[in-house]
Amino acid sequence: MQTKLTINRQDHLLDADTRTTLLDALRNHLGLTGTKKGCDHGQCGACTVILNGRRINACLTLACMHDGDDITTIEGLGTPDNLAPLQRAFVAHDGFQCGYCTPGQICSATAMLDEVKAGWPSHASADLTADIALSDPEISERMSGNLCRCSAYPNIVDAIRAVAAGDRS
Amino acid sequence: MRPFEYQRAAATTDAAAACADGATIIAGGTNLLDLMKLDVMRPERLIDITRLDLRAMTDADGGLRIGALVTNSDLAADMRVRRDWPVLAQALLAGASGQLRNKATTGGNLLQRTRCYYFQDTAMPCNKRDPGSGCQAIGGATRLHAILGSSDSCIATHPSDMAVAMTMLDAGVQIVGKGDRARTVPLRDFYCLPGDTPHIETVLEPGDLITAVILPPPSAGRQTYRKVRDRASYAFALVSVAARIEVVDNRIAGADLAFGGIAPRPWHDPAACDLLLGEAPSPALFSRAADVLLADATAQDGNAFKIPLLRRTLIATLTDLCRETPQ
Repeated sequence: MQTKLTINRQDHLLDADTRTTLLDALRNHLGLTGTKKGCDHGQCGACTVILNGRRINACLTLACMHDGDDITTIEGLGTPDNLAPLQRAFVAHDGFQCGYCTPGQICSATAMLDEVKAGWPSHASADLTADIALSDPEISERMSGNLCRCSAYPNIVDAIRAVAAGDRS
Repeated sequence: MRPFEYQRAAATTDAAAACADGATIIAGGTNLLDLMKLDVMRPERLIDITRLDLRAMTDADGGLRIGALVTNSDLAADMRVRRDWPVLAQALLAGASGQLRNKATTGGNLLQRTRCYYFQDTAMPCNKRDPGSGCQAIGGATRLHAILGSSDSCIATHPSDMAVAMTMLDAGVQIVGKGDRARTVPLRDFYCLPGDTPHIETVLEPGDLITAVILPPPSAGRQTYRKVRDRASYAFALVSVAARIEVVDNRIAGADLAFGGIAPRPWHDPAACDLLLGEAPSPALFSRAADVLLADATAQDGNAFKIPLLRRTLIATLTDLCRETPQ
């Protein structure tokens, strides 16, 4: 089945079996291996990509369902010579050990900060209608869909907090 | 994953017709594709409804009509829901992860399958997955399993948080069936108890498509959703309570309750609500409501803790709600 996908601002025409998940399409058909396969069941978040501005688990959706959709992967956020603010912050704050979950963490955090800007509350928000102060419990709750087997969580929270506070160093 | 035919629906009538003809509907896909990878669900034909015009949230005589394709995250972020039906926003935000809520839809959330370990493992017999094959959960690992409404065939729980809040709010499910016939079923009557047919989970007939959920106008009083789980985030409920309490002159003038994690469907017990009416709020009163609620509770070794846990969670939730009510 043919599917037109716009990935990192580039058009791709995918020709793949209907069973192909978006994750497998990215990794196996389009050579974009930055997005990782962890559990393949939506539990770990390693496959997080940004679909039409929203973070999703690429393992739990079919590529053929996304004809005409806009997808951003870790490769579209920054390059080794020109890192995105969150990528720089993860390096500066040592927000990883093995690095396998990191692309998913960074894609997730990128879209999560947009959700905060849009005023979305979370389970950690005491008042559902008030402005959000992005406390550490808020960051942890909003990032709970991304597991880190090395347990770099404190430094991941540090990195995200720094970017949310406007620290672009 | 087994091969399947994929088709995109251009109209609700297409989807209903394909569904009547044996196709399986896919929307967010977060539960269906997971179960297809596990070989628990084996559709030969998928009909994709995500391009249908079912994403609107509109006023409905003071209530809210929520299109079946409204995502869990859009519903939880909607200011009307946050202000007028906060129990629903709280329940949604207590469920799944940010990524899943961006995909999961209102209709799909209602129809998600149980998280029973035996249902999800095709090496095990399961009366829900394979009718008549037996139930290994009974006498097995039952931390997530039911204490009310179960049967000798099945003790699985319904996993939704959203549906518990909607049950408390007495929402209606709008359905389009064969021949474009529309009907609304109260959510409290939407789910079937397992009895000896645990594979039949809802009143939906082949060819039925959920098009919307209707919330009645907001009720007076305060409301909340309290969820107890094994970790602080991204886990299914062990027990949960959705509650609304209206106190006037230190008497309970209105009460609605629904419970999650304890039964094959979001649990609603009118007798436990009625007992509260006209009474002065007190832990003793709330404990009597728990007596009524739990009168028929039965447990296995692994889920017996839910009986005292539900009692304590109910008492704590109602105590908080009444304390916060401006006198």
